[in-house]
Amino acid sequence: MHFSGHDELERYAHVLDEAQAIKGVSLGKDAWRRLRKNYAAMASLVFLIVLFVLAMFVPFLPLQSPIRQDLSQRKFQPPSRVAPGLGVADLAEDEYRLAVDALFGERNAVDRALIDSRVALFGDRTIPSYFGTDELGRDLLARTMWGARVSLMVGIVATLVSLVIGVTYGAFAGYVGGAVDNLMMRFVDVLYSIPFIFVVIFLLTILSEDTIKQALGAWGINKIVIFYFVIGAIYWLTMARVVRGQVISLKEEQFIEAARTIGATRTAIVFRHLIPNLLSIAIVYLTLTIPAVMLFEAFLSFLGLGVDPPDVSWGILANDGIKVITPVRIYWWLVVFPGLALAMTLFALNFLGDGLRDALDPRMKNR
Amino acid sequence: MFQFIVKRLVWLVLTLWAVFTVSFILMKIVPGGPYQAERNLPPEVEQNIRAQFHLDDPLHIQYRDHLWDTVRGDFRSSFKLKDFTVNEVIAQGFPVSASLGVLAMLFALTLGLTAGIVSALRRGGVLDLAFMALATVGIAVPNFVLASIAVLIFVFKLGWFPAAGWGTLAQLVLPALCLGLPFAAYIARLTRTGMLEVLSKDYIRLAYAKGLSSRRVVLRHALRGAVLPVVSYLGPATAGILTGSLVLERIFALPGMGSHFIDAALQRDYTLVMGMVLVYTLLLYTMNFLVDLSYAVIDPRVKLH
Repeated sequence: MHFSGHDELERYAHVLDEAQAIKGVSLGKDAWRRLRKNYAAMASLVFLIVLFVLAMFVPFLPLQSPIRQDLSQRKFQPPSRVAPGLGVADLAEDEYRLAVDALFGERNAVDRALIDSRVALFGDRTIPSYFGTDELGRDLLARTMWGARVSLMVGIVATLVSLVIGVTYGAFAGYVGGAVDNLMMRFVDVLYSIPFIFVVIFLLTILSEDTIKQALGAWGINKIVIFYFVIGAIYWLTMARVVRGQVISLKEEQFIEAARTIGATRTAIVFRHLIPNLLSIAIVYLTLTIPAVMLFEAFLSFLGLGVDPPDVSWGILANDGIKVITPVRIYWWLVVFPGLALAMTLFALNFLGDGLRDALDPRMKNR
Repeated sequence: MFQFIVKRLVWLVLTLWAVFTVSFILMKIVPGGPYQAERNLPPEVEQNIRAQFHLDDPLHIQYRDHLWDTVRGDFRSSFKLKDFTVNEVIAQGFPVSASLGVLAMLFALTLGLTAGIVSALRRGGVLDLAFMALATVGIAVPNFVLASIAVLIFVFKLGWFPAAGWGTLAQLVLPALCLGLPFAAYIARLTRTGMLEVLSKDYIRLAYAKGLSSRRVVLRHALRGAVLPVVSYLGPATAGILTGSLVLERIFALPGMGSHFIDAALQRDYTLVMGMVLVYTLLLYTMNFLVDLSYAVIDPRVKLH
């Protein structure tokens, strides 16, 4: 072979060294680098992570009881530094259990363990009523924090449900193509012109009818679970369209062709090349669908179709605040704090979604 | 064009039929029916009610009869409101909801387009930043919170508007503003993005070069290219305004279709709910259809099929 000279070898070795020195930048790393420069998106991300962690550990936080009523002393108290204690730390075992159930409602084992460790750590001490109290003398700060759990959970889980349906449907239609694709997308078109919110309201009123509710309750299905599926089932349409479009254009891309020519298997192409490219758009839609779902949950709560007590959500809290507005007396804190919590979360999610969309845009690569 | 319209009409019929069938099935799977709330109904009375609403017929006969009535435009009588047919309730509520919706849409379009154009022309300026911050707030605040804060400020503190009710234009302005604002915010963002993209195009430079005034360039040439995303947003916006009107009619005690719908759903007034869902579907479909048509009018490059 006429390449075998000493110089040639050295030259190839040099090229090889150079090639190894260049680090491949994965899409994720590159996007993260760009996202970090976007201060609004990063602040939103930090806010959301803090909120999420706090919401997860709400039973552990030294909050007041979210459901204890005090009609004689603490009705409509404006924000103050008054902090009534829990009054459970010194009780005997079985009395303690009853008292905790009365203060926090019947909770699952994990939440109980969290409440127990909270009592062990903080005793009866509580955070003062910085957010004021409501119509029944319940502490609004505690209710807002417990509401964060429900609102966030509904937002996230319902969005994930819609994500699974949308991605599967869209990817299948796009990948199969042809008449099947045509038919599946026509179906989506029809669903688009149905005002689903009205159908959902109809469905929810039927499902909250007493006999049906009891039957579902026996299966362990409560209002929150119904929310996940009903809301998830109506928000998948846009996702399906977007994913299908993405799959169709990706199928024809050169890098897929290139992967095929070097002998990548079909599974490898789908998992290593198609799905990572779908992921970015799925994440962006995830961050933009969660606020829409949370707004929808708030909207249903406003109409009186929200989650059942002792659970609360931000929508229910804001609605409770609005109900007591009268020309004579305005309890501003009852509207402002839950509304602010909801608005700030939606704000952060929108900022993060916009930031992610820019960061994951392949046209911005290496910039 | 003609073919496009016919095709759309066929799909409309199919969609309405699908909605009718789904509502019919939902209506029938509920145990007890609308009168189960009234306890100890004498069996004779119950018998009369069942006979009156033909509840004893086999299901497919009920389905056929009901479908036929609906096709003739008769939504039957309300299950719960005495002496009212569904058609009467809709005829009463529709003008209220329609004026609220149209006014809200007008607010959304005028405010949104103006803010969007100004922001794009003054990119990076104070006005741009202020408008876009406002727009983000408008998207993130739920409309019932917005409405109740507006009531606190404009009705109770400043006394600019009457609190609630229906009859005068002044009573309609505040709810329509609250209903339209979130959509104005979205339209402003879309307009701004579209304008920024169009303003750097060659044909805009050409328009300036041939000596047109900047007002004429912006309004006649740039806006036409930038407004397409806004037009395609009008379909979802209509859906949103229909939904939002449920809330706003509640807060401001407007006797529109929205408040009737919620009452009907909560009281399980099935005929009324079904009639209203069908009307809403028709409205939404018509709006989407008009949006597609106007696409072709605004942008000559778009072909309908």
